[in-house]
Amino acid sequence: MYEIVSGPLALGSFLIFFIGIFARIALYMKGLDWKLDRVTYSVNRWYGVKGALRSVLVWLIPFGTSGWRRNAGFMTTTFVFHICLLGAPLFIKGHVYLFQERWGVALWAIPDSVADVLTIGMILSAIILLLRRISLPEVRILTTPHNFLVLLISVAPFVTGFLARIQAGGYDFWLIAHIISGEIMLVAIPFTKLSHFILFFLSRAQIGMDFGIKRGGMKNNGMPW
Amino acid sequence: MPEGILCNKQPVTTRKQLHAVLADKSGKKYYKEMGELDVDVPALRTTLEKTCKSRIRTWLEVCANCGMCADSCFFYLANDKDPKQVPSYKIKATLGKLVKKKGKVDNAFMQMAMDTAYSKCTCCNRCALYCPFGIDIGVMFSYLRGLLFSQGFVPWEMKIGSGMHRVYNAQMDVTSEDWVDTCQWMEEEYEEEWPGLEIPIDKKDADIIYTVNAREPKIYPEDLGDAAILFHVAGENWTVPSVGWEETSLAMFAGDWEGCKKQVQSVYGAMERLNPKKMVVTECGHAYRATVIEGPYWAGIETGKTPIESFHYVEWLAEALREGKLKIDPAKKIKEPVTYQDSCNYVRSAGLGEAGREILSYIAEDFREMKPCREHNFCCGGGGGLNGIGRYRQQRNAGLKVKRDQIQATGASLVISPCHNCWDAIRDMEEIYKIGIRWSFLKPLIISMLDIDSNIKP
Repeated sequence: MYEIVSGPLALGSFLIFFIGIFARIALYMKGLDWKLDRVTYSVNRWYGVKGALRSVLVWLIPFGTSGWRRNAGFMTTTFVFHICLLGAPLFIKGHVYLFQERWGVALWAIPDSVADVLTIGMILSAIILLLRRISLPEVRILTTPHNFLVLLISVAPFVTGFLARIQAGGYDFWLIAHIISGEIMLVAIPFTKLSHFILFFLSRAQIGMDFGIKRGGMKNNGMPW
Repeated sequence: MPEGILCNKQPVTTRKQLHAVLADKSGKKYYKEMGELDVDVPALRTTLEKTCKSRIRTWLEVCANCGMCADSCFFYLANDKDPKQVPSYKIKATLGKLVKKKGKVDNAFMQMAMDTAYSKCTCCNRCALYCPFGIDIGVMFSYLRGLLFSQGFVPWEMKIGSGMHRVYNAQMDVTSEDWVDTCQWMEEEYEEEWPGLEIPIDKKDADIIYTVNAREPKIYPEDLGDAAILFHVAGENWTVPSVGWEETSLAMFAGDWEGCKKQVQSVYGAMERLNPKKMVVTECGHAYRATVIEGPYWAGIETGKTPIESFHYVEWLAEALREGKLKIDPAKKIKEPVTYQDSCNYVRSAGLGEAGREILSYIAEDFREMKPCREHNFCCGGGGGLNGIGRYRQQRNAGLKVKRDQIQATGASLVISPCHNCWDAIRDMEEIYKIGIRWSFLKPLIISMLDIDSNIKP
């Protein structure tokens, strides 16, 4: 079982993930239209690049935008969630070992204690996001089963990984569950709202170009996000 | 496929049609006909396939449903945080469903979409600043308005507005002759008091071509006179075109993209015909946005810019004051507490926040900013055409509360608003809520505090 999930299934998942992501990028770019979007993407390119970079970067900085500053609690949860979500799978010892063994890629491994903090941080922030989604009327009205599903897909590898690590009744079972849930996440990224993994950058860059080129960016220092 | 006589999928293109729709007071028959109007599903599906591309589809798909857009919307705040006023909810319930169903919707859906697109969003684009993904719901509602217009589901006044542009090249029934007459009348009216004052019509190679909002010749001709006084005092070499003088675009609010193109082409035509160095637009927000920011795209100009450089009135005024072309008598500066309404259309859509502050620094002793202000300012409450739509008067009046509270918090007794839409909304707000404020465009205020050289003194 382990051989199958960590062999062909893993390979297939990574292939779907990478091809899916590239397809999303290509389709997004192909669908941009200067006349329909009313943004001269290629004519005023440097204003666009400047606007796009600012638009992406300020939103990646905690308290970097008015929106984040007004929602400090949600901002903190979101940042913790995403840092743990991206940091743990890349730098946990077991994964670093696999990357080295399978692909010859050497990444810096974090100590187990830090990995535990990232894992627990991820699970706790996911719980807070869930509670927020259920309790705030303005979020509840927007919520669909899809939102719960992608949250479940995101948190499952962490819960199963943590249970495997603490060897809570059956290491092998939790390890396989962990691998499968990770593969589900990889496959789900291009096809669900998890596609914001890449579309966040494209969408932010686009609106940055819009403001940078057309909506004032050529007359002032850029949108004070 | 039933089509009404007044409410149908065809835009108004003749005076006869226009008069017929206008004669239907408050659109009673028009809205009755709308209840019977069929949806042309294949046409809607084709339009969606051709025009709803990756930007809007991605926005609809990627939204994390986080709710951060909620309190960016003044309608949400003004309606006691009604979750049904959350921008993301409003667009998903309308455009989102339309896209999902590939245009397979019925009359009731289209009417609901129209009511939402016109009475729950003024396309102020404020939500775009607060979405982590940069989703601009105002842009999507504007797109939705285009779809609704193409199917005939457009408020009565917007159908008329679009028709006016198509028939008169103006948002009101002001012909070129009416316009030229008004210019000549204002010149005669003011030249005695201001010797040498002219309103030059169709002068070639002037430094400035001045364009206006049709309400000015139609309802407030003194605004044109005020503009003439200030250009005269500043010593500008300026002109107005006899054709292509109208900057506004109710067609933009209506979603009539063909009408928009026709309108801006009349202005660009005047630029090419008269060869001025630059254009200055009157104190109107959406007019500037329509003709200067969006217009080049409707007209298919690849640079995205107007044929000559174009400026909003606040830009010209700030420069005239900075360079000393207009001088302010320090004794006549505004003493009372004064605040300034940033029009969404030239602040968020054109980045002109600084010009207003510079002007205020020259003319006001006690200037008080609204909070928030500049790019983050709230819509006046009447933007996007909402001021003019009788069907949604109640929703508009409720929405005004946010601006009312913003103004009251400043303690100002005077609100300066270089935008016709904001000016109207603030006037109506005072009429409804009676908070004891006055409101004004910039031109009359500046004239009242000018320090004028003796050679041109009235």
